[in-house]
Amino acid sequence: MEVNPHNSMAHDAHADEHAHGHSHDHHGHDHDHDHEDNFWSKYIFSTDHKMIAKQYLNVAIFMGFLAMFMSLIFRMQLAWPDAKLPFLQDVIGKWGKDGKLDPGFYLALVTIHGTIMVFFVLTAGLSGTFSNLLIPLQLGARDMASGFLNALSFWFFALSSVIMLFSLGIETGPASGGWTVYPPLSALPQAIPGSGLGMTLWLVSMVFFIASSLLGSINYISTIINLRTKGMAMTRMPLTIWAFFITAILGVLSFPVLLAAALLLVFDRSFGTSFYLSDIFIDGAPLDHAGGSPILYQHLFWFLGHPEVYIVLLPALGLASEVISVNARKPIFGYKAMIGSMLVIAFLSFIVWGHHMFVTGMNPFLGSVFVFTTLLVAIPSAVKVFNYITTLWRGNIQFTPQMLFGIGLVSTFITGGLTGIILGDSALDINVHDTYFVVAHFHIVMGSSAIFGMFAGVYHWFPKMYGRIMNKKLGFIHFWLTLIGLYGTFFPMHFLGLAGVPRRYYANTAYDGFANLININHVVTVFAIIGGLAQFIFLFNFYYSIKNGKKSSQNPWKANTLEWTTPVEHIHGNWPGAIPEVHRWPYDYGKPGAKEDFICQTVPFSETPESNTPHDH
Amino acid sequence: MNILLILAVVFGTLVLVRLANVAALASKLSGENEEAEQESANRWNSIGMISFLIIGLSVMIYIMNLYIPLTLPKAASEHGEAIDGLMKINWTVLFITFFITQILLFFFAFKYRYNKNRRSFYFHDNNKLEAIWTIIPTIVLAALITTGMSEWNVITKKSASMKGIVVQIYAKQFDFTARYAGKDNKLGSSFFRSITDTNPLGIDSADAATADDLIAKELVLPKGAEVQLMINSRDVIHSVYLPHFRVQMNAVPGMTTRFAFKPTKTTADMQKETGNPKFEFIMLCNKICGVAHYNMKMPVRVVEPAEYEEWLKTQSAVFPKEEAAAPAATPAPADSAATSMAK
Repeated sequence: MEVNPHNSMAHDAHADEHAHGHSHDHHGHDHDHDHEDNFWSKYIFSTDHKMIAKQYLNVAIFMGFLAMFMSLIFRMQLAWPDAKLPFLQDVIGKWGKDGKLDPGFYLALVTIHGTIMVFFVLTAGLSGTFSNLLIPLQLGARDMASGFLNALSFWFFALSSVIMLFSLGIETGPASGGWTVYPPLSALPQAIPGSGLGMTLWLVSMVFFIASSLLGSINYISTIINLRTKGMAMTRMPLTIWAFFITAILGVLSFPVLLAAALLLVFDRSFGTSFYLSDIFIDGAPLDHAGGSPILYQHLFWFLGHPEVYIVLLPALGLASEVISVNARKPIFGYKAMIGSMLVIAFLSFIVWGHHMFVTGMNPFLGSVFVFTTLLVAIPSAVKVFNYITTLWRGNIQFTPQMLFGIGLVSTFITGGLTGIILGDSALDINVHDTYFVVAHFHIVMGSSAIFGMFAGVYHWFPKMYGRIMNKKLGFIHFWLTLIGLYGTFFPMHFLGLAGVPRRYYANTAYDGFANLININHVVTVFAIIGGLAQFIFLFNFYYSIKNGKKSSQNPWKANTLEWTTPVEHIHGNWPGAIPEVHRWPYDYGKPGAKEDFICQTVPFSETPESNTPHDH
Repeated sequence: MNILLILAVVFGTLVLVRLANVAALASKLSGENEEAEQESANRWNSIGMISFLIIGLSVMIYIMNLYIPLTLPKAASEHGEAIDGLMKINWTVLFITFFITQILLFFFAFKYRYNKNRRSFYFHDNNKLEAIWTIIPTIVLAALITTGMSEWNVITKKSASMKGIVVQIYAKQFDFTARYAGKDNKLGSSFFRSITDTNPLGIDSADAATADDLIAKELVLPKGAEVQLMINSRDVIHSVYLPHFRVQMNAVPGMTTRFAFKPTKTTADMQKETGNPKFEFIMLCNKICGVAHYNMKMPVRVVEPAEYEEWLKTQSAVFPKEEAAAPAATPAPADSAATSMAK
């Protein structure tokens, strides 16, 4: 059996020029699942999970950089509100006339930055990339349960990205009511220009996004349940797969509720219903819509919105578990406790949404209930943190870029998680609600942790995606600058919140007491720029390494999981011969007596009498 | 340019140079073999870990000393003082946890760097340890939950009691209006369809409770008295945020939200306490409400009760006598205006 001799990385970089010329020379001697590939079927409308994973990743990188640019623009506005930034007019046209950022467009930037980061990068980018890449590879499946649904999922995602991007260019500007798009603001074009066509496009984009997410999640779940190879019991699955599994279940249960919320909003906006509208007088006239409740939307939104936090975070934690264990050359501590804590977190995530609504006028008793459930989340989170730390203890740590990002994730997960205890406590939340304290909190615990998990994943599985290894030195510089950039950005931000500065303010001119806080805003913006620039190191490294990176061996990190038993070159069906059988759990690193410090999952106990323990059967 | 900014730039540049050196050094070694390269990476990154821990924590403490004075002064309300106390307890717990976990994390990362002559400790399960770090956080959290909830109950019960001086805060894009309930401490009813240019709150002039209601563009409160804010919005969601009093409640169209609190310091007291003769309280909108969201605010003053009474007398009634008697200039769409004319 020959493997595809084709170098797929070269293809990716120069797909448009070369693909056609290369497309005929490799069929015929491939795996029998293979068929005649042309440029379109191989790169664009591929149903191969590895290609779809790469598609997701590349779109997510693009969207991520776009959202980062937006954040740098509004960060500069906040740090230097009086300065004229001549380049703005070149970049954003009429919204940056004469180098001054338009206040309405400021809100649009904040809104779209949040939307892209939460949904397009950290939901689709993270789950879409790694669930697709790793579920079949780590479980020993030839592909996802449905390759077609999988491709469809990506294409809905691509479509929703295009619609979201398109909305940036329209006359009245994109949606600008904040990424949570609370009605009535988002329902009434009279209230803010962004609630016109921009909001319609936002909703349409989200509908496709949700469809994409559901198709993906259903596929992940069915693959994990049905397509595990022989011996791959649920209790032998790597923690990555557990994380993707739980994430997918969360998505299937919560995204439909967001869809409902969005559809009702569409009805209110366009078809005269009043689900969210009541007693409104705007633009010099009373509104005919009456009898609805804006709070209803918030309940529906946060019923997704909170599980969404874990949809973002759990895959990152899963990736980190794998990366930390491999690079510490030590089994992950408390494998079952890790699974258990993820399940508990997932369960709790459905009954904590009200902590986003303590000061909305929701019944105070309900507030107490949500305080209780919210703070419970800290317990499984603490278990996870201590398990990570114990995994490092007496390990034998190989510092690779992915390991650094894994450790960074644990650090940010702790820092951001702790401030969550303040925000989850309704009495304390009163004064920091909707201030920069919240912004700092979720950027550290959700934004940074998830993006660190994603980076860890990219560095670790890059060889599996492109057959090469990313440059490690650039990876190290990328990590340290990102870590310093993010703490420098978000740590000082807490003090803005504790000084009472509301979020989503175009400038802090309303209150004289805020004047002396401009120094903090300078520091925050400077570090944001440092962190932002550092991402270009990653961008360069990523695309440079696709073509020029050091060639990877089959198992470059000496890892145990099944993906490293596949050939370096991608083939349809993943394994050239029979699918491997699994005999042990994935974390036999540094096992006493073993010949090497790792034992692949495919090695039966009968071959390792020297290291077997009484528990091994 | 302030010193911190310069520090940031210098620190950033130093780090860049440092890392470039590390990379250069590492690449020199890489000529030899991969193992040596990884060994150098391990050395430098593990040193990075411990340095980040030490420098990071030092910078953090430095920044806290610098920035904590810029945060809000001590609360100027009764429940606010309780919240501040609670906050202190929480911060203490959080900082202890923060230091323990971050130190362990970065220290272990530093200490256990790869050594090819060593094997990691094959240690993958320990129920006792798991139990410890399940039970201890549970106990600590139980304490935090209990104290937090009991304070929350005190605050929200007061808000539900309807006691205190009733003041309506009426929000619209992009300003607040205050309506004092007057002698009867009852607000006249209002309806959004009754809103006209001359009656921007849509107040029912026929309601007996309306007669003594007063309208103000400034929130003035007496020190030491319970105040009951009745919060409404007429267009989108706004939020009434009084950071110095630890008060925040959304203004939601279609419903009335409430927040009760007792100011304990006058503006003059605060000016003395903060050493800032220009200190003023403020009410800000803290829910994104449109393009001018960042400019939506209302001045707030707390004065001695006697001064408050004087001030009240100077405020205008909702329907000044002569105007209420004359027929409304613009025909109002709602019935309430009609009834008011009939009477």
